[in-house]
Amino acid sequence: MATLWFGLVAFMFVTYVVLDGFDLGVGAVHLLLARGETERKTLLATIGPVWDGNEVWLIGAGATLFMAFPALYAASFSGFFLPLMIVLWLLMGRGIALEFRNHLDHPVWRPFWDVVFSVSSALLAVSLGVALGNVIRGVPLDASGQFFVPLWTGLRLTPPTGFIDWYTLLAGLLALAALTMHGSLWAAVKTSGDLAERARGFARKAWAATALLAGAGTIATFSVQPLIPARLSAHAEGLVFPVLALAGLVLARWLMEKDADVRAFLSSCLFLAGLLASTAFGLFPYVLPSNADPARSLTVFAAASADHGLRVALWWWIPGMLLVTGTFVFLYRNFAGRVEAKDGDPARPAVR
Amino acid sequence: MDSALTVHRLTFAFTSIYHYLFPQLTMGLALYIVVLKTLETRRADPHYGRAARFWARIFGLNFVMGVVTGIPLEFQFGTSWATFSRFSGAVVGQTLAMEGVLSFFLESVFLGIFLYGEGRVSRRVHTLSAWMLCLGTWLSGVFIVATNAWMQYPVGFQVDGGNLQLESLGALFTNPWLPWQYLHTMAGSVVTASFVMASVGAFYLLAGRAERFGRTVLRLAVPGGLAAAVAMAFPTGDGQGKNVARYQPVTLAAMEGLFETKQGAALALVGQPDMERLRLDNPIEVPRLLSFLTYNRWKAEVKGLDAFPRETWPQNVPLLYYGYHIMVGLGTIFIGVLGLSALLLWKDRLFAMRPALWLLMLMLPFPYIANTTGWMTAELGRQPWLVYGVLRTAAGVSPNVSAGNGLFVLLGFLGMYALLGILALFLLAREIEHGPEPTEAAEGGR
Repeated sequence: MATLWFGLVAFMFVTYVVLDGFDLGVGAVHLLLARGETERKTLLATIGPVWDGNEVWLIGAGATLFMAFPALYAASFSGFFLPLMIVLWLLMGRGIALEFRNHLDHPVWRPFWDVVFSVSSALLAVSLGVALGNVIRGVPLDASGQFFVPLWTGLRLTPPTGFIDWYTLLAGLLALAALTMHGSLWAAVKTSGDLAERARGFARKAWAATALLAGAGTIATFSVQPLIPARLSAHAEGLVFPVLALAGLVLARWLMEKDADVRAFLSSCLFLAGLLASTAFGLFPYVLPSNADPARSLTVFAAASADHGLRVALWWWIPGMLLVTGTFVFLYRNFAGRVEAKDGDPARPAVR
Repeated sequence: MDSALTVHRLTFAFTSIYHYLFPQLTMGLALYIVVLKTLETRRADPHYGRAARFWARIFGLNFVMGVVTGIPLEFQFGTSWATFSRFSGAVVGQTLAMEGVLSFFLESVFLGIFLYGEGRVSRRVHTLSAWMLCLGTWLSGVFIVATNAWMQYPVGFQVDGGNLQLESLGALFTNPWLPWQYLHTMAGSVVTASFVMASVGAFYLLAGRAERFGRTVLRLAVPGGLAAAVAMAFPTGDGQGKNVARYQPVTLAAMEGLFETKQGAALALVGQPDMERLRLDNPIEVPRLLSFLTYNRWKAEVKGLDAFPRETWPQNVPLLYYGYHIMVGLGTIFIGVLGLSALLLWKDRLFAMRPALWLLMLMLPFPYIANTTGWMTAELGRQPWLVYGVLRTAAGVSPNVSAGNGLFVLLGFLGMYALLGILALFLLAREIEHGPEPTEAAEGGR
């Protein structure tokens, strides 16, 4: 039961990264990609109706983690106290920027919120990568199963480590590059003309950075966290995940050449999902390795709630997820197709 | 401020009070938007569509504020209250995760369609999205109040290996604490939305602009608000009070400022709890009314604080007492103001009676104060327990997060929320100043 819920929670986090990833990526490139108010409006309209729903996957995943693995939720959230709170402020700044921007049509007001939106989106992309890097590297769990990491203690990996060191920073940059590619591909799918052409150019450059950082990141991960290569060689069936990630990456580049926007975007989804699934599979059964004393590493079994509660939760989780899938299909179908915004044709009317 | 416990408590209190300024409006407003959308379809009158769009803009702003200020609450269970989360996550996580999976998705998906979809999706789908959005927000209320009800009166769990485990999910939803608390909370939300709408409508009538809009919202908000305000007192407030008397008698004594156990206890309307002399100073009381309200018998015995050991008393008796009395006092005033307005509306005199319109306009802040003090009553009344009778608040805090780190975050939230509040008020004032879209000239009169 614990293993099943590990898979379900991982599925929710992966879905979060794939979905919110593209709107974070759009945010990260927003200032550079869109020129002039009309293009900015167009670009924002590509994510306007969906970003909030995408972000709910993070909340849903977090709450499901709380229910299924209270010990992991308690240890990791309190241990990453400062970085998580800063992530919260970034999430706030980003959501507020998207909404506030719409309420006032003014040449000083809108550029301000564009900067807030873009900078917080880029920093969130980096933070997600750094956070994942921390989980892979491990944290200094004490005998009571708790830890506390400061923001940084220097870039070296020797304990005591902070939230940011060279390895987690590398993971953060990989996340930024990958989500930039992901977001640019989404923009290429959803817009047309010059804007879409520029988005394709961005995606190609971001692909090169992603490929380079993913290569470096994989080598670094294998040396920083030997659990992952050990598990992958012991359970060869798990190799399917890294293979899928690699296939997604290669396909994305090939499809970009052919200007097949939709399929390139889907390949990018495959790449992100494959990468995250490889990590989850590689760490299993550990959910929070200890970099101080390996014996204190938290396993999925030690962190899980009792079986009865987990079994009961399936009765609402499965229908709930079917409903969510249905409503998301409904949402994306209603907003399918390329977005065209003309001058004076706001996605939502603003006060002048 | 030097103890981590104090800092974490202040942070949670501040962020949750601030957060609830927004959902208390959006849950009630969602209901009114559904009514306006339905009127638009039924009467084939675009006037109602314009009114719905105006409120949708106010709704959108408040909803996003509610979303971004709500995420920190869910995070804080883990960051600042890790011992509580580890200890009770298997139970309390159920209702929180259900809220995420069953209602947050519904809300956010249909919010996107509702705010961005008009003109793009069919009118039926747009009206449907308003309905689903309303359903999502009201469902979200069920789960979050079920979570709070469990902390007030924990049921359906067993202790296993030092932590709590779920015994029965059904018990969490048949918790006797849940129905009254839920209905009381939701009625409070309708009261806030009603006063906000009535206040804006009265403002337009007083200013002599968008008058048809003003009349429409007053015709909806005054009767709706009156029904909700009456429901606040009876049956929901009464039912909630009887639950407190039954399951948290020491809380009832503190709320009422009753220091000594009495037969035929009086109800204190005004007075100041004096914790040094353990008495109520300068009381104005109604004899025997507390006994009657609590047990439906004029001579019933009501237990005072003296009947309970001091370490089980809520830690801040005066604040709890004032919070409760402000809530009840304002609730009574709401019934009076809305009752009078409804009478004038029925006699067709409200729209011309400027003093009454002024009164309605100036009521704007008070439902917010009443809802806030209501939740303060619930949360201060639960102290010193985090999970009533099971886990003390002091024992639930994260032991690994120091006071200094906590203060950094508290100050960050104070600064950020002050800024957000100023900007949101600025935008809301502009939306109201701008008003609904102008009506066509042909559409004058009523």
